[in-house]
Amino acid sequence: MSEHMSDKTYRSPDQRLEEKKKSESPWSIVLNGLLFENPALRLILGICPLLAVTISAKSSLFMGFAVIFVLTGSEFIVSLLRHVIPVKVRIPAFITIIAGFVTIVQLVVSAYLPALNESLGIYIPLIVVNCVVLARAETFASKRSPAYSVLDGLSMGGGFTLALLMMGSIREILGAGTFFDVKLPLFGSVIEPIMFFSLPPGGFFVFGICIIIMQWVVIRIKRITANKNKTVLAESETDESACSSCGACSICRESEVK
Amino acid sequence: MKMITFILSIDIQGLMIILFSAILVDNFVLSKFLGICPFLGVSKNLKTAMGMSAAVIAIMLLASAITWPIQNFLLNPMGIGFLQTLVFILVIASLVQMVETIMKKTLPPLYKALGIYLPLITTNCAVLGVTILNITKDFSFGKAMTNSLGAGLGFALALFLFSGVRMRIEKADVPKALRGLPITLIAASLVSVSFFAFKGLIENIFG
Repeated sequence: MSEHMSDKTYRSPDQRLEEKKKSESPWSIVLNGLLFENPALRLILGICPLLAVTISAKSSLFMGFAVIFVLTGSEFIVSLLRHVIPVKVRIPAFITIIAGFVTIVQLVVSAYLPALNESLGIYIPLIVVNCVVLARAETFASKRSPAYSVLDGLSMGGGFTLALLMMGSIREILGAGTFFDVKLPLFGSVIEPIMFFSLPPGGFFVFGICIIIMQWVVIRIKRITANKNKTVLAESETDESACSSCGACSICRESEVK
Repeated sequence: MKMITFILSIDIQGLMIILFSAILVDNFVLSKFLGICPFLGVSKNLKTAMGMSAAVIAIMLLASAITWPIQNFLLNPMGIGFLQTLVFILVIASLVQMVETIMKKTLPPLYKALGIYLPLITTNCAVLGVTILNITKDFSFGKAMTNSLGAGLGFALALFLFSGVRMRIEKADVPKALRGLPITLIAASLVSVSFFAFKGLIENIFG
């Protein structure tokens, strides 16, 4: 702490938050959610469902929609209640709100989409403990207006869905030779589908490759925009409070360093 | 005498099948992808990996012992089974908080060793996952506890093996693009492949 104090560029978390809020525009929130702070591929949050349901593009897309709904809904409610919820019990309060939305998804899916319910199974209730949802409620929605929170929920959820779809497509095409259950030409006759990709190990492998691709894209974009405007885009900052609410602390830091 | 007949009536083979399939075949981390965050987060060295595993096993057993009766004696008879997710996560969150407080007062040395991992367990999907699976698979209480023990031990085994692999990677000369998380994930993929060797285990031993 003392070395921070002596450092003239040190700003308290509150000051940092104010600065961050000032630099925010609707456009930057969308861009952050989809690209620079993509929850799955940049912040590495909520990766359990990401690896489990991406066996096919269809189930990944549906999981993405479920996450968008839960994320947007809970961010909206948290943001509305941000002056009401006492600081000390905020985390249980957030979890209760999130669990409510997850239960809605669970009931709707089991009523209208029994086939998907079968394939997603336990991973729908597990959205409750998805770090993305809790982390956004804690770091974003509890400090911003409802309109911004909804936008953030949509774009963060969109970013997550994008990552899910990317992994789902790669794994389905290579692993089964189909895309959205449609058989692709060449596969089966010329190219043999590679079982590895639809098995659990393939999930880890494709995720690693996707992170590399995403890093390359982000670095490229930053370089191009920096050349144009002669200004470097601000590095993404992960709030300390977000880390304490999620088990992936050390991973967050690792990805930040790079 | 009653005791002996009770012990004999326990379906040992059934319990063993559940235990071993939870540890090896359907390993929670490597084939069900539950609890990946702590798997990647704390596997950097052996000591923290073991501490985390011990805390996870303890909380899994406690959480199953509490949520199973809640579901079967409270939620189901009252016809509010759909509140499962909400109730279970709140039970786990308060349980973790309670264990932390009790441990701090009564067992300071243990708290020092495991305390830092406890808050992370609330958002560990393996714990919520095992409690929900116990219900959806219609396990009896004994089977549910065995399944939880197996899940915890499987988590510990995966973490233990993987921390060894990671300590090697730290020293290796990895291509620049792969450094950090990507190489860790690819290593996890290889460890996961090795667990496929256990696929036929249950049928061959108990079948």
